[in-house]
Formats: sequence, C-alpha cells, structure tokens
Amino acid sequence: MGDGSIQVRALDRVSLDIHDGEFVAIMGASGSGKSTLMNIIGCLDVPTDGTYHIDGQAVEAMSNDRLADIRSRKVGFVFQTHNLLPRLTALANVELPMMYGNWPNRRQRAERALGLVNLDDRMGHRPTELSGGQQQRVGIARALVKEPSVLLADEPTGNLDTTNTVEILQIISDLNHQNGITVVVVTHEQDVAARADRVITLSDGQVISDESRFSPQAA
Amino acid sequence: MSPLDVIRTSVYSLTANRLRAALALLGIVLGVCSVITLMSIGRGSTDRITELIQGLGSNLLTVIPSGEPLTLTDVEALRDPLYTPSIKAVAPQIGTFGTIHIGNSATQASITGVTPEFLHVRNLDMGTGTFIGTPHVESLAEVVVLGAQVSEDLFGNQDPTGAEVRINGRRFRIVGVLASQSGFGSMDDQALIPITTAYYRLSGQRIPGGDISVDQISIQAKDVESVDQAIEEIETVLRLSHRITEADDFTVFNQQEILDTFDEANQTLVVFLGTVAGISLLVGGIGIMNIMLVSVTERTREIGIRQAMGAKRRDIVAQFVTEAVFLTFGGGIIGVIVGIALATAIDGRFLIGTEWSTRVTSDIPIIALIVSIAVGLFFGIYPAVRAARLNPIEALRYE
Repeated sequence: MGDGSIQVRALDRVSLDIHDGEFVAIMGASGSGKSTLMNIIGCLDVPTDGTYHIDGQAVEAMSNDRLADIRSRKVGFVFQTHNLLPRLTALANVELPMMYGNWPNRRQRAERALGLVNLDDRMGHRPTELSGGQQQRVGIARALVKEPSVLLADEPTGNLDTTNTVEILQIISDLNHQNGITVVVVTHEQDVAARADRVITLSDGQVISDESRFSPQAA
Repeated sequence: MSPLDVIRTSVYSLTANRLRAALALLGIVLGVCSVITLMSIGRGSTDRITELIQGLGSNLLTVIPSGEPLTLTDVEALRDPLYTPSIKAVAPQIGTFGTIHIGNSATQASITGVTPEFLHVRNLDMGTGTFIGTPHVESLAEVVVLGAQVSEDLFGNQDPTGAEVRINGRRFRIVGVLASQSGFGSMDDQALIPITTAYYRLSGQRIPGGDISVDQISIQAKDVESVDQAIEEIETVLRLSHRITEADDFTVFNQQEILDTFDEANQTLVVFLGTVAGISLLVGGIGIMNIMLVSVTERTREIGIRQAMGAKRRDIVAQFVTEAVFLTFGGGIIGVIVGIALATAIDGRFLIGTEWSTRVTSDIPIIALIVSIAVGLFFGIYPAVRAARLNPIEALRYE
C-alpha cells in the first residue's frame, strides 16, 4: 500500500483497499455497518481493533487533535443534509474548512471550488436562498476546497428530487473522471451506485460483495 | 485558527441570537456598573473623610491632661522655640457649657475659652467681625465670637456683631461670627471667649499658684513632616515641666492617627461595597455561563460540522471562550460608561438622606474591564470545553 491509497480493515473482518482515483459506492441496509465504515474512512472514528491507513498513515493510535488534522487535510465530507452554516454565504461556507489550518488565498480557492460545481453566480447567496441541489453543490465545493485525498459522501442525494439527484451525481462523476478525485459514496440507492466504478455491499458488518466494473485507470 | 478567524467566528455566532446576547450582556453591564458606582462612592467617601479631617490641619496635635492639669505655664513652655523648634503655634482651650440669652431667646452652647492662636491652629475662618485678640485675653474682656449655628439660632440671618448677649448671667459683646464649617470638629455650635475670661469669670475651678488650668492644648506642627518631631518635643517639654520620671500625666493625639482610624473604617466600607458589586458581577458571569451552555447545546450540529472540517479541540474552545469574553468585555465597556455616568450623576447630590460624594479614578474602569474579561474567561471555559469534548459523530447526528 503506497502513498495515495487507502486501506481499510474494519468492522467484522472487513479488509479492503481503496485506490487513488477510484469511485467507490458502499451499499447496504441500515445497520449493515455502512455508517461505521464511513466514520472510520472519514477519520471521525477509529477502529477498536485492526488498522486503518490513510495516505500511508495509521490513524488508530492518533490523538483527537491528530485526527482532526487528518480530517482537515485528507477528507472532504459531503452530508445528506448539506450541513451548511445557515447565516454564511455560499462562498463563506466554502471558505470555512480553510480556517482550520490557516490556509492562504482562501477566497480564490473557494471561488475556484464553487466554479468546479458550476455555482459561480451564486457565491454571495445564503443556503436558504439556494435550491436543495445548489446547497449540495456548495457542500461538495466545501469538501473539495482543501483538495483532500478522498471525497466522502454520505447519502449525498438522499434529500434531493430526481432532477437534482442526477445533477449532483453528474458533478460527482465529473469530479472523479475529469479531476481524478477519489470518491467514496455511501448510499442505499441503486442509481447512485450505478455511477461508481466499484460497489461494496455490506451486510451485518461484513462485505458480502465487492464488484469492480472497470479499473480507475481505464476511466 | 488565526485570531482574526476566531474573532470573526465569534461575532458570527453572537449575532445569530442578538436578544439573547443582549440579555446576557445586560447582566455584566449591571455588575460592572455597580462595581464602578460603588467603588467611586468608596473613593468619594475616603476623599471626604480625608478632606474633613485635613480641614483641621493634618499637622494638628492635641494634648490633653491625664493626671496633673495642664496649665498656661505649660503653654508658655511649649511656645518657647528653643525647646520646640518644630511647633508653629500653641492654642490652649477651656471648655464649659452655658446658656446664651438675648432678649427672650436662649440657646445652649459649648462655651470655649481660647487664645488668638486658636483661629489658625484650628483652621477656622471668620464670617463677620474679628476674632478674640491678645488684649481681650490680657484684660479678661467679656467678648464672644459665635459659631455659625449659634448665631443663626439667636439672630437668624442678621449680623450680630456688636450686639450684647448674656452668658450665664454675664454680659458679653459679640465681636465676630465664625464662618460655617461642616464636619469633624466643627465650631458651629460653639461660642468662643477669651481663655482668661472663661477661667476667672465662668469656671469655678482654681489651682494653687495662681496658674490657669486648661482642658486641652491644640498644637500646630510646622508641617506634616515635622509632626513626629513635634510630638517628641512636646513630650520632652511637658515631662520636664511636670518633673515626670515615670508615666506621663498627659496624652498627645496625632491628627494623622485619627485620620488613619477613619481611613481604616472607610476601607472596610469600600471592601464591603466591592464585595456586593463583585457578587452582582458573579451573578452576571453565571448568566453568561448559562447562555453559553444553552448555545453549545443548540449548536451541537455546527460544532460537529466544524469538527468534521478539521477543527481541533482548541479551535472550538477558542471560539466559545472568545464568544463569552466578547459578551463580558462588551458588557464591561457599557457598564463602565453607564457606571461612570451614574457616579458622576450622583456626585454631590442629596439622595436617600445622605449627601453623596463620588470620585472616579482612572484605575476603577481599568480594574472593571480586566475583571469583566476574567469573568468571561472563567465562566466561558466550562461551556467551551464541553463543546470541544463533543463526539463529532454524535454531534453531526444531533437534530
């Protein structure tokens, strides 16, 4: 396992590697261990037993602050409920993660990230002034802005209608295909999983299937 | 997080619930305001006491007999600059009570026998007329100088100079009236007559040898610095003249000691007032803590988001503590302004049965602001630590 790869050995005898540039969907019914796996991948939680390496770094022995640091630099979260701060503009929301770690040129970076999700014309708007799909695009821009090792999306389209779902999935796919960003999506929707290169299905804390449709290099 | 980010974040959070922030602020405003006001009152009353006592002259010493009587011979000895170079003036006095009559009106007054030095030694001012002079003393003249209150009781607002009154049946001509003087050692209710007249005409006592005994000797030292030296000189002279080998038969009081006693009592008052004000600030601080705890609970999800974005514990602590300090510092500034305004407003006013005297010294607002920041830090730290200890997974799930 080299730099830029993610190795997971979690849950109940779960062992998997996620490679740089992959688009992975994690599927499973509720209670299957999806959330735990996602929390571990996102460094919000550490495995009680076993190891997890992100970019070659083992996280299980890390302190809270070191974990926060890893989250800050290597993980971009996209939430089902967007989780934007309601009184900040789209631009300020995207700038927010860069506060932690004192990043320079925040405004330019945030503008560029919003450009990637086609929201150039909505930067000054607050979340309430945006549609659900637009809000989620802000969420994606926020996750991207620090150029993380992995974009981790938890049911990113769970709260969206069909049109917005298609739009968001297209953006995520494009980011993966065109910008080479590693994406891990947790979902229970088939059409979301259909976009992924690789679908991992969990049940009762175990991987019951792990199917790659094509290699990321071929994408 | 850079300090600027911390400040920006805190302002963002505080503006989210303005009414609540304002109410929490109000607690601190009231606390700081009462600290400022009460401390100013404390300072003011200290000033007032100092002023009153220094009105008597801080270089004033008083000698009273505590055995053998003090006499005019002692007074003459004390006046000898050869033995008492640190003494500026010596003013003996004899006190007695009497009734002053004019026509049908009468008033009770303390009749004090004095010498011309009394006026300066006791820092008195004449209202009208003149004070008792040396010729009056030498000739046992039946003249009187009235205190302001006595004069008003007998003559109202009229100038009584030249009029005659009867004191214990003897006729006295009024030569002057003292200017009114408030406070400690006021002569307003006194009538002053020559010491010799008081001794030979009003008091019945006589001592052997034809000397005149006095009740008290007021002595003015050259200046404040020479007070201690003056005390030594007085003791030396009186011990010699009384041929004392053992215990002194007189006592010397230092004005400074009296001042210190009052000052001490006043300090107790200031500490008491300060404690009361401190408690109100404490209550304000508890209000801040309460608001911050509510805020942490309400913003659990925001905290979770920030943690997911990479906020470390210290970032979260800094954010919430800064919010609390903003509240208390803001409250402190408003409290200082309102407190100074209030202290200035009541200065010199007659309210609730007392004349208030306040003084705002520059250290008071500085102390108040430092304390208000400290209150923010102290009461903000617990809610902030609670926020920072939140588990990000649970915080993100919080509805």
